Amino acid sequence: MARVVVVTSGKGGVGKTTTSAAIAMGLAKRGYKTAVIDFDVGLRNLDLIMGCERRVVYDFVNVINGEANLNQALIRDKNCNQLYILPASQTRDKDALSLEGVGRVLEEMSQDFKYIICDSPAGIEKGAYLAMYYADDALVVTNPEVSSVRDSDRMLGILASKSRRAELAMDPIKEYLLLTRYDPVRVEAGEMLGLEDVQEILSLHLLGIIPESKSVLTASNAGIPVILDEKSDAGQAYADVVARYLGEKKPHRFIESKKGFLRKLFGGK
Amino acid sequence: MDGSQSSVLELKSSTFFAPVLVLYSNEIYLIAETLQEKISGAPDFFNDSAVLLDLTELNLKGLPVDIEALVSTLRGLHIFPIGIRGGSEAQEKQASALSIPIDSGRSSGSVLFERQNKSKPDIQSQAPVEVIKEVFRATAMLVTQPVRSGQRIYANGDLVILAQVSAGAEIMAEGNIHVYNTLRGRALAGVQGDMAARLFCLDLQAELISVAGVYKTSEDLKDTVIKKPVQVFLQEQALIVVELDN
Repeated sequence: MARVVVVTSGKGGVGKTTTSAAIAMGLAKRGYKTAVIDFDVGLRNLDLIMGCERRVVYDFVNVINGEANLNQALIRDKNCNQLYILPASQTRDKDALSLEGVGRVLEEMSQDFKYIICDSPAGIEKGAYLAMYYADDALVVTNPEVSSVRDSDRMLGILASKSRRAELAMDPIKEYLLLTRYDPVRVEAGEMLGLEDVQEILSLHLLGIIPESKSVLTASNAGIPVILDEKSDAGQAYADVVARYLGEKKPHRFIESKKGFLRKLFGGK
Repeated sequence: MDGSQSSVLELKSSTFFAPVLVLYSNEIYLIAETLQEKISGAPDFFNDSAVLLDLTELNLKGLPVDIEALVSTLRGLHIFPIGIRGGSEAQEKQASALSIPIDSGRSSGSVLFERQNKSKPDIQSQAPVEVIKEVFRATAMLVTQPVRSGQRIYANGDLVILAQVSAGAEIMAEGNIHVYNTLRGRALAGVQGDMAARLFCLDLQAELISVAGVYKTSEDLKDTVIKKPVQVFLQEQALIVVELDN
């Protein structure tokens, strides 16, 4: 059985797709057969970030409607043969997805894959709802600014009350925080919320901090998940995130603050 | 079966709170419009709410009102009159015809169900509803998970929350509210009008606090109580916020 992981945030532009691509690639690189699904029907982007946009024939909506089977729609990644991409439809809208249809596709994929990463669209409407409904784990991507934190908080409320696990009174979705576009210099200057400020509001298990980095945009434009850029700070940060998700202990990096700060914050955990 | 089936019902005395709707105008459409505004401001508060109609002011001004039309308008808004007071004899007659009990106003809390038409015996109509002595309330609701932005919690009795309440969340209780953590959202105690209800929290950063409809927004809160453990209660219609240490 696969583990279904939703990458979500509420707010747009915080790095959900970048994160989905990086995490999926990271898991696949470690030998786990992984699929990443673009739930942003109508605003398809994941294929660009993964560099497979010229190989899209069938999409998620086609599979749900029975117009194509899974094997026809899944695109194997050119960098890693354990990674598959299920692109969104660009010509449809979110109403083309149905709860039952998404469940059926995930069920079928579960037979074959170890991890299924669901790249959620922004917002809290149907697309985001369907992306998180079947999740076992949630990566909540948050930028260090107030509106992003508030939206993440809202999304956490939805995860806790409207997901399948909540409705069936199963163990709740495991929630993880991923703080992206973090700029320690601006944090120290008081221009950006610090990790402590964000955690005061969200109090979540921190999976990692991704520093603001030029390498992210470069990687996006090249269609290569940033985690493959092993020299870049963002690439290394994502590699750490994958390791921590898999249960390895890694000290948090890229915070660049006073010594002992992290120890104070995480010493008890 | 343990034989408990033999008891079909039990008459218990209990007290409950209901808002009193005091009318100052006899224009039904105006009443409906104003109520609708209030309802849209707090839909949960008014949803299927019971009210006591108070016509004292109207009759002092000599403004007649058609009880039947008024009642059907209120019911249309999902507000259910459960009693009438201060009405004229004719109005009381009209209310009785609609099976709405009449509060004589002679003794506080006692409501007499007077039926004009006594041709057929009606046990219910003869027995005055008992004067209320004890307070009945559902057991406290316990919440251990964080209440996130956009979530709403409603407790029929007391509400006890062990985790934080985020900004943009709303917690409501007919009784007291205890938050043993940071309160950043809105907290409304005594939402059915219990003026004795209190609100407690360990770290007050709320957007809004209220007891029995009397509220303060974060702007009205003094710096001396912000981020402090506090209790909030009503004293002579005023909302008092004091630090718990004192």
